[in-house]
Amino acid sequence: MSRFGSLADAPASFVLVGARLLDPSAGTDAVGDLAVVEGRLATLEQAGDDVPRVDASSLVAAPAFCDMHTHLREPGGEASETIESGTRAAAHGGYASVCAMPNTDPPLDEPARVAFVHSCAQDAAARVRVIAAATVGRAGERMAPLGELAELGVAGFSDDGAAIPSARMVRALLGYLAPLDLPLIEHAEEASLADGTVMRAGPTATRLGLAGWPPSAELTIVERDIAQAAETGARLHLTHLSTAAALDAVRRAKSAGVRVTCDVTPHHLALTDAWVAGERRFAWEDPDHDVSSPGVGLDPSLAFDGLCRVNPPLPARDDALALLAGVADGTVDAIATDHAPHPPERKAVEFGNAAPGMIGLETALSLGLSAMAAGRLDLAALMAALSSRPAALIGETRTLAAGELADLVVFDAMGRWRVAADALASRSANTPLLGMELPGVVKLTVASGRITYLHDLAPLS
Amino acid sequence: MIDAARANLPVGNEAASWRDRHLLDVDQLDRTEAERCLDLAAELRALRERGERLDRLAGHIIGLAFAEPSTRTRVSFEIAATALGAQVVALPFEASSATKGESLVDTLLTMERTGVQTVVLRHSASGAPYLAARATGLRIVNAGDGTHAHPTQALLDALTLRDALGSLQGAVIAIVGDIGHSRVARSNMHLLVALGATVRLAGPPAWTRGFERWPGVEVHHELEPALSGADAVMALRVQLERQAGGGVPNLHEYTARWGLDESRMRLASEDAPLLHPGPTNEGVELTSELASGPRSLIGRQVANGVAVRMAVLSLLAP
Repeated sequence: MSRFGSLADAPASFVLVGARLLDPSAGTDAVGDLAVVEGRLATLEQAGDDVPRVDASSLVAAPAFCDMHTHLREPGGEASETIESGTRAAAHGGYASVCAMPNTDPPLDEPARVAFVHSCAQDAAARVRVIAAATVGRAGERMAPLGELAELGVAGFSDDGAAIPSARMVRALLGYLAPLDLPLIEHAEEASLADGTVMRAGPTATRLGLAGWPPSAELTIVERDIAQAAETGARLHLTHLSTAAALDAVRRAKSAGVRVTCDVTPHHLALTDAWVAGERRFAWEDPDHDVSSPGVGLDPSLAFDGLCRVNPPLPARDDALALLAGVADGTVDAIATDHAPHPPERKAVEFGNAAPGMIGLETALSLGLSAMAAGRLDLAALMAALSSRPAALIGETRTLAAGELADLVVFDAMGRWRVAADALASRSANTPLLGMELPGVVKLTVASGRITYLHDLAPLS
Repeated sequence: MIDAARANLPVGNEAASWRDRHLLDVDQLDRTEAERCLDLAAELRALRERGERLDRLAGHIIGLAFAEPSTRTRVSFEIAATALGAQVVALPFEASSATKGESLVDTLLTMERTGVQTVVLRHSASGAPYLAARATGLRIVNAGDGTHAHPTQALLDALTLRDALGSLQGAVIAIVGDIGHSRVARSNMHLLVALGATVRLAGPPAWTRGFERWPGVEVHHELEPALSGADAVMALRVQLERQAGGGVPNLHEYTARWGLDESRMRLASEDAPLLHPGPTNEGVELTSELASGPRSLIGRQVANGVAVRMAVLSLLAP
């Protein structure tokens, strides 16, 4: 049985017995026991005999995840997701905190709107940090009240959904943000190259007759913004990078001392542009892009599926593998979901008319573990990219050390589950992973010391 | 009226090899299936020329859903369906879907509930027939989707070429123009290669980019090597509104570098025929002398279109 809790619940007390305790920031990975007393990570001595003991043998316990890029859709898109349903999806996926993106309706570009989200989130199933809009109305013309928004505790600023339209505005934003020490989070996509395109340029787009998005659309903005970050000394975070070229630019900038960080989504690590033609093998198991041979044709149950429409588009296989290598070597600072719920009527349409985006909070761990099973990642790198490293970028800590309020995830890395609408806490089910059986079953999520999700874990259940 | 056996029409489960009983693109047909379709089209063409009527689709309702304007393909399908005894209804697409905000799937599901069994779908979005096939119980015949596929055009082109050349095995077919935006070119590439031909593409770089890895296809950015020794040449319509998108500096330059005329056609093999899916922009992608001259098979293409669509509808019928 599963149940959800909230941040308004009483703090939890329990002892995990015999778990694989993996703490990426401490660099530890060992089997042991872990105590939580009154919501705080504690020593075993602090846990009295009345604290329930949980058999966690064969389970992994790690600091709970942190998503830097979540579309909660509230206000304005409550048919797709709400703060309540979206944070439950987060808890189900092992997240203690999510960053709510500002492209809501209306956008989160002024203090009252940010305060509205904060108030709605008080009894949510995960902490909600707001990424505020960088410009008024996300129009790219005037700066939003960055200082006032910063005082409310926002985690960063972004006009996500599109890039900041001019280098001049990027320069102004970075210059103003430098002393605030908050990042500008950029959706790197040059509109004049991307407008009108619906999938990644390449052999599959050519074959399908779909307008192709060139990798230079991303690289153009990445290089423009890195130059501004270098000159201003401000923090630049590039979100949902999808190309090897952009990642190489970030790698070079980092080694030159520029304060640039980046995230990639689980779907850009695991899925490829061939999925638009009906491929359903992951990047690391996909031998080539040929999804049909003469006399077979494309499978109409899979090809041109709007569920595969996402922005930036699903990458070429080589890019996905390069991004995975970037997670493994640390160039990629975070795996961020870009969880983008949409209702069926926005997806069951012609491919090019489908709303871009897919949900990701509840499948991120599973895709990461799939990559791990294929030898593309190790568990420590995966946990760091899901928890401690993104948390550090938004000023949170993730640890298994005694003393802190517990942010904890416990999961069965070998257990498998089938992705299905009724298995998802999200109000939406727009993911092409529907129907697939994936590894990684979350058993327990704790956020700020409260149990936010619990699944078949006696005696807590 | 004649019976199915006399007309060598498919009976029993032969049509089951037409996977899922849709025609979404020619890539679903292997060589045997494609040749069977062309053979049947040739037989049906002969029957029609003798004035015989067929009742293969008697009792069937075929919906024509043209969500994008197309007179010639729509009329060709309408004649083909009627000639097989089907009842044809034109789905009021522009009126019902676009203006009322009704989705393609909703419109087609409504048609399905009224008793329509087969829908011939023309749509401006690549992949729309796959959505229709996935989301409804209708039998879908793709009459052109976006820049993706136009399978009946490829079949009628193959029939026309087979008539002219005898066989496509080993033939070299040059396709000239805006390949990237052409559903006709894509379907022709699939089918001509499956039938044993080599396809050469020629056109401005922006209109031929990306096809280098297409199996059985060569890409040329100059016209002469593409035409040299070709057994047949197919010109594509230059979408006049698209040259503004950066494919070529202007139409005059397109015509100067890639326009077809008799002197350039002499680079091809002797008497090499010329095809064009129509409607032509005479003076742009080809000269009017060429379009109406002895090499031109444009009129044959149109006539073969009816026969091929009859064959397709027959093969797909339950």
